[in-house]
Amino acid sequence: MNVNANANFAQDNPMSQFLRMERMPHIWCPGCGIGTVVTAFAEAIKKSGLDLDKVAIVSGIGCTGRTAGYVKLDSFHSTHGRAIPLATGLKLANPEMKVVVFSGDGDLTSIGGNHFIHAARRNMDITVICVNNFTYGMTGGQMTPTTPHTANASTTPYGNYEYPFSLPFVADACGATYVARWTSLHARQISGSIKEALNHKGFSFIEVIAPCTTLYQRRNRLGDGLDALEYYQNDAEIAHGMDTRQVDIDYQGKIRIGKFVEKQKPTYLDNVNQHYAQVLGDEYELYGKTTPEREAEEKAKAEAAAAKGGA
Amino acid sequence: MVRKVKADPKGVLEGPHFMDGDHALAEGALAAGCRFFAGYPITPSTETAERFAERCPEAGGLFIQMEDEIASIAALIGGAWGGQKVMTVTSGPGMSLMLENIGLACMTETPMVIANVQRGGPSTGLPTLTAQQDMMQARWGSHGDYRVIALVPDSPQECFDLAIEAFNLSETYRVPVLIMTDETVGHMHEKVVIPPADKIEVVERNWYEGPKDQYKPYKFGAENYMPGPMVKVGDGYRFHVTGLVHDERGYPQATVEAGKINITHLIEKIDSNRDKIVRFEADQLDDAEVVVVSYGITSRIAIKAVMDARKQGIKTGNFRMITAWPFPEKQIREIASKVKAIVVPEINYGQMVLEVERLAAGKCKVVSVNSTGGAVHDPNEILAAIKEARS
Repeated sequence: MNVNANANFAQDNPMSQFLRMERMPHIWCPGCGIGTVVTAFAEAIKKSGLDLDKVAIVSGIGCTGRTAGYVKLDSFHSTHGRAIPLATGLKLANPEMKVVVFSGDGDLTSIGGNHFIHAARRNMDITVICVNNFTYGMTGGQMTPTTPHTANASTTPYGNYEYPFSLPFVADACGATYVARWTSLHARQISGSIKEALNHKGFSFIEVIAPCTTLYQRRNRLGDGLDALEYYQNDAEIAHGMDTRQVDIDYQGKIRIGKFVEKQKPTYLDNVNQHYAQVLGDEYELYGKTTPEREAEEKAKAEAAAAKGGA
Repeated sequence: MVRKVKADPKGVLEGPHFMDGDHALAEGALAAGCRFFAGYPITPSTETAERFAERCPEAGGLFIQMEDEIASIAALIGGAWGGQKVMTVTSGPGMSLMLENIGLACMTETPMVIANVQRGGPSTGLPTLTAQQDMMQARWGSHGDYRVIALVPDSPQECFDLAIEAFNLSETYRVPVLIMTDETVGHMHEKVVIPPADKIEVVERNWYEGPKDQYKPYKFGAENYMPGPMVKVGDGYRFHVTGLVHDERGYPQATVEAGKINITHLIEKIDSNRDKIVRFEADQLDDAEVVVVSYGITSRIAIKAVMDARKQGIKTGNFRMITAWPFPEKQIREIASKVKAIVVPEINYGQMVLEVERLAAGKCKVVSVNSTGGAVHDPNEILAAIKEARS
């Protein structure tokens, strides 16, 4: 490809509005599933109609962690495992923002496991997208908390003997109010789920099973990225609403996918304001209401006052 | 550019109060305009978090008790880029957990204030007893090469005053500022006078005001390496923040040259402004043969020892560091060139004394009056060291 063709590619790419084209090419390997999820994410924000200036993305460390650097949003590439608390601070300091955490299985659920369960417990109003490739890609294919039983990793050269996390179950058990799982084959469904999650109020979690061709696939003699997609096609079963206790993943076994949980309950900030308003009464000034929310409240107050005056 | 404004009266609890140093820290933070506090309980710092939790609903702020110290400091980074002035408070073990993200805050030039109410010993050590044992950790604790500012209050009043100062320095230099207090000051109740809001000057964040398409989150190579202005999330700049070595746009650059520019900036913005940052108190230095160099709670005992020495005809002076980092290098060099000896009492096995020795460079005797922690010095220990140093 000559330089001019490359320039046109950057200009003409349908994602150039969402991606930092000047940062291309990205670092991901051929056949890797992360790119699909990033594209699905870009599609989702495009369709969601959200003001892109009001969406921030936070990543931890690792292959998926590099996403923040490629997406043309206010973006944060933080420390290993700490994307969720950084996102929490961001959301609480500026509640107008839609905050998305985008990171891998090792980052979010091993070193970041504690933050994951607590953000779900608090129903923190953020969206967490986990690209689960069952391995630490950037560090060389070590075992993660999601590596299936018996799978081979560089730190389990004789096969994994630990029990893996089933992430939708963990999220659900901890209080997440939106939980879905897809594979990177299901690009349109991922996009649809992300769009729903962005419009969902509360802690939303989407897991996307994706191939790591360079390490996980090869170490386990599972072929390339295409072979992984074929496996997803044959062995992923849509099971919307399924009890999350039943969605475990075995080594090359069935993968239950779909939307497992969707419910409403007050978010962390809702609770802060409701509780203080109740305890402290009129003295309490609501914290961090978004501009539309505040305008709606002021309008309602003015209407109430006008109605009272009229009577 | 440093823009000073009057404090927001909502955060100022004007008047004389009887309160401990931990509470005074929270009041100072609120007066400085801090409206976001994320923390995790640890003795002997918890009272600050409790005070903030109680006071913030009326001041329009938010307190969140995070799941651990690492989460707390990560939340501060998010909070600061979300547009708030942010603070946390901790003690030794919690400080250890925060260090990696203090490095991220340094690298991303994120303003924040972290108070470490020091306790004794490595590990769980002496949780309820005083110490000054994290002084070197404050300077060197995170990995890699960087600079922070560290202030050391010696009283509840100074906890209040230096909390404001810490925020002002943090906003000016876009750097984490540490308040290295200790259990004794933290739990000591004294009179704290809080001035009215219009008498408190606070440094406002240096918000970017130029053309939108020309904004860069970082500015390297400016005069005195002063950091560039900030924007916050949601303002439409679509900026990138990373802990990787980056260029002025904030984009990762994994090259030796980029590292040289980026890291030099982090170090020089503190080092080349040392004279503007360093704060100290000096007393009776003119004729002194021996000078006691101390900081924090130890300074208050040192005063007694210096007075006793003077009574006994020993010409002794007193030098109290208010900033521990950057270290008052010029001042210590000057003292060392004039006196017979410098005595350094501190509630550790000898930490800041190493800096004094380095700067004295053999020009005078340097005597450490160390301690394994748990209690403040007996003034007689310092007096004995003064006498011995002079001989």
